[in-house]
Amino acid sequence: MNPVLHVSNLSIAFDIKGRSTTVVDEVGLYINAGETLALVGESGCGKSVTALALMGLIESPGRVNGGSVKLQDQELINLPESALQDIRGKSIGMIFQEPMVALNPLFTVGDQIGEVLLRHTSLSRDAVQRKCLELLDQVGIPDPARRINQYPHEMSGGMKQRVMIAMAIACEPMLLIADEPTTALDVTVQAQILGLIDQLQKDMNIAVLLITHNLGIVAQHADRVTVMYAGRIAESASVHDLFADPHHPYTQGLLKSIPRNGETGARLYSIDGAVPSPDQFPAGCRFSNRCPLVLEQCRESVPTMTQRQTSHYAACWQD
Amino acid sequence: MRAFLIRNFLQRLLLLFFVSVIAHAMVHIAPGEPSEVDPANPRMKPEDIAKIRAAFHLDEPLHLQYVYWMRDLFTGELKSFKDSQPVLPKIAGRFVNSLPIFICATLIVWTLAFPTGIHAAVRRGSFYDRGSTFVAYSLISIPGFFLAYLVILWVVQQFGIPVIGMRTFGASEAQPWLRFMDRIWHLVIPSLMSALVGIAVLSRYVRSQMVDVLQQEYVRTARAKGLDNDTVIYRHALRNALLPFITMFGLMLPALIGGSVIFEQIFAWPGIGRLGYEAILARDFPLVLTINFIAAVLTLAGTFLSDVMYAMADPRIRLS
Amino acid sequence: MAYSATTLDQTNSTIAPPDSPARQAWRILKQDRLASAGLIILAVLILIAIAGKWLTDTQTGFDPATVRLVDKLRPPMASISDLVPTEERPALGFYLLGTDDLGRDVFSRMLQGSVVSLTIGFVAVGIATVLGIFFGALAGYYGDKRLGFISVDNLIMRFTDVMLCFPTFFLILTAVALLPPSIYNIMAIIGLTSWMGTARFVRAEFLSLREQDFVEAARALGLPAWRVLFIHMLPNAMAPVLVSATIGVASAILTESALSFLGFGVQPPDATWGNILSDGKSYIFDAPWLFFFPGFAIVIVVLAFNLLGEGLREALNPKLRSR
Repeated sequence: MNPVLHVSNLSIAFDIKGRSTTVVDEVGLYINAGETLALVGESGCGKSVTALALMGLIESPGRVNGGSVKLQDQELINLPESALQDIRGKSIGMIFQEPMVALNPLFTVGDQIGEVLLRHTSLSRDAVQRKCLELLDQVGIPDPARRINQYPHEMSGGMKQRVMIAMAIACEPMLLIADEPTTALDVTVQAQILGLIDQLQKDMNIAVLLITHNLGIVAQHADRVTVMYAGRIAESASVHDLFADPHHPYTQGLLKSIPRNGETGARLYSIDGAVPSPDQFPAGCRFSNRCPLVLEQCRESVPTMTQRQTSHYAACWQD
Repeated sequence: MRAFLIRNFLQRLLLLFFVSVIAHAMVHIAPGEPSEVDPANPRMKPEDIAKIRAAFHLDEPLHLQYVYWMRDLFTGELKSFKDSQPVLPKIAGRFVNSLPIFICATLIVWTLAFPTGIHAAVRRGSFYDRGSTFVAYSLISIPGFFLAYLVILWVVQQFGIPVIGMRTFGASEAQPWLRFMDRIWHLVIPSLMSALVGIAVLSRYVRSQMVDVLQQEYVRTARAKGLDNDTVIYRHALRNALLPFITMFGLMLPALIGGSVIFEQIFAWPGIGRLGYEAILARDFPLVLTINFIAAVLTLAGTFLSDVMYAMADPRIRLS
Repeated sequence: MAYSATTLDQTNSTIAPPDSPARQAWRILKQDRLASAGLIILAVLILIAIAGKWLTDTQTGFDPATVRLVDKLRPPMASISDLVPTEERPALGFYLLGTDDLGRDVFSRMLQGSVVSLTIGFVAVGIATVLGIFFGALAGYYGDKRLGFISVDNLIMRFTDVMLCFPTFFLILTAVALLPPSIYNIMAIIGLTSWMGTARFVRAEFLSLREQDFVEAARALGLPAWRVLFIHMLPNAMAPVLVSATIGVASAILTESALSFLGFGVQPPDATWGNILSDGKSYIFDAPWLFFFPGFAIVIVVLAFNLLGEGLREALNPKLRSR
């Protein structure tokens, strides 16, 4: 079965002050229909930039520096802007991290959802209005008839995020990109929003790219995981395999760092050192200066991605 | 929103009161203690002081002076020192003369400043952006009359556009159409000169507002919805960027009145600025104080209007 | 198993300590070419002004008041007539920038003018800044305290609003015209009518600074209020003040020239660029140098201040910190 999204060797660079810094380096991933892939990593590892690149929303001084992004069979890199505009909102929907500021304060919620429909479908205004009400209901907003004419500032954060979701799925896209959709929300609302995404995925068979730094969310809502570190993929596996048998030392460190119930009195584990900034990436493996299992080889050459088990890959010189 | 506006209005009435008090107080800075003639001030002769004392009832206690002034002002009793004509009609007449320049200048400013600012913001860092920035700063840095004289020299020599007064002498004999065109021609250069600094300042503000707005998240959301560039900029970004300018609307008037003093002098335009200047030269206190007061009143009215419009335009205020 | 969020923060992994805000701002300012040009022009101007003050005050060869009716309206680079006695000859041996209608050396007058114009600018802005900081700090810090039926903040802000109602230039003109003519009055009036913007900025900054922990800490240590306000809080609020002040000097110089145009500026024989320009307007055709030299000088200097001010605004912008 063809994956809905297939990314290979994607590289993104930023040109600042005459220097070109590669922020995302040869990243690859794929998602099947109806599947949720979690893209995990620390702040600044390049996951959001990757997501924006999928939509062609990288703006100068950033630029895509190579690789391929295939939506079903269509190559998106180097597609002309007008074609990309047809795809955004229609075949790919995206929701962002801060719903508080991601909606235009001067337009009603109904206007903003309706805008997507008017842009990508040929529905009449009345039909659009009806569809908006349906969508508001579908995303779990009570009293849609009243809410549809409200402005963003009249809604709570959780409700705004639901509106964002409604906008993103209005045209029944194949792929939904959710960039840290719950980071800015209360914990109780988090669960609801993620649950909503799961439900919609089941109903509409959407592929979901869930970007997060929260392993708890990964465990509960993702089918597969890809771990990113300093712009490169470290490991990729099904959720079960990753948590049961992590191969990359970074992943191992992440999992060890999670405080567990019952381990009172023990010192909390944390990975030594800090994430290097893009202009200071070590040659060779980027994790080499923090890795507890580092070998000489790791400092010299970038490890290649090797298959460890079925559908479980890691980029590490250790086996 | 209604409560907000009512409160706003009442506050402005209060401000109006204080404005009038301060305007009135100005008569007290001038001659020092009215009973003395300050030998260092060649502008205050004993007969002037006597006139002032009479007109402003300076022998009375302070608060009564104020009351008299207000009463005289509104009943038309307050008379100009120069020709003993009531003050308010004089001001009104000259204000009507100044109005065409104000309106034209404002139109020119807004028509030119917005596209320039928006274009510079959208193409931030480009040659157009940096070039227009430099031009804007240069315009702000030129003394108004310096530029005016340069322009007059060039314009009169090259194009023969009239620059003196409101109409050509003897034009009242001509047909209405010619008279109208004559008035328009006379309007061109003064309006343009009054507008130049406004264009520079406003286009800078527009640019910086647009730059801010373009970096907002909702612009990115709009793009992610597949909307084309024009829609993103002109429908989503611009409306948000434009909102603060509604408030600037009300503040344009005092700027125009202030600037009109110079430009009306240069172009011999019989407007309110020139009236004020002549009044100051003639030490015509009733007129001077009243003009200051009226100008402040107009500012208050203008800013109140701005607040009303802003409240209507921004749903965050409208619905609170 | 309960998984809690592992929030992994990015830390700065460079070894060197980060630059102080002042140094960061300086670095950014240097990169702005226009602002740097402005700064250089201003440095040169200040040197010229200092040299000019000394030269015009002490050296007879640079006396701006020497009248030489024999040599009136001479163009720039003109030689000195033989009829001019030696003690009245300009020091350079020729009229660098020409002479005016009274035979005074324009170069010397421009030198004197530079000093006076700059002085007016700096003193006026100094007054405005002090007033603005004073009112703004009080309004921002003590805002909620009530004096009878009105709060401090409200009181000060209403006063500011009232002052803002008057068209500034007209107000200045009225005041300057009513008072005895003197350079001090001009400086004072300009200063007294341009503090409102600074007051607003300072108030806004103080309102937000007031909530910060270091202010709490200072208060908890029992420091007197004036110390907290002016030694702890004020340095953090200086950014918009500096920007305002720089642009304010530019504006003051322009105002002074406008006042001179209307006849209410600094009186003769003292020279400012404003009044040289204003006098020169009668001679645009006969002696254009009398009009253009001071005019362009004003434009360049005011432009320099404006560019520097805008550059400072970018450099000190807290939203763009740690670049």
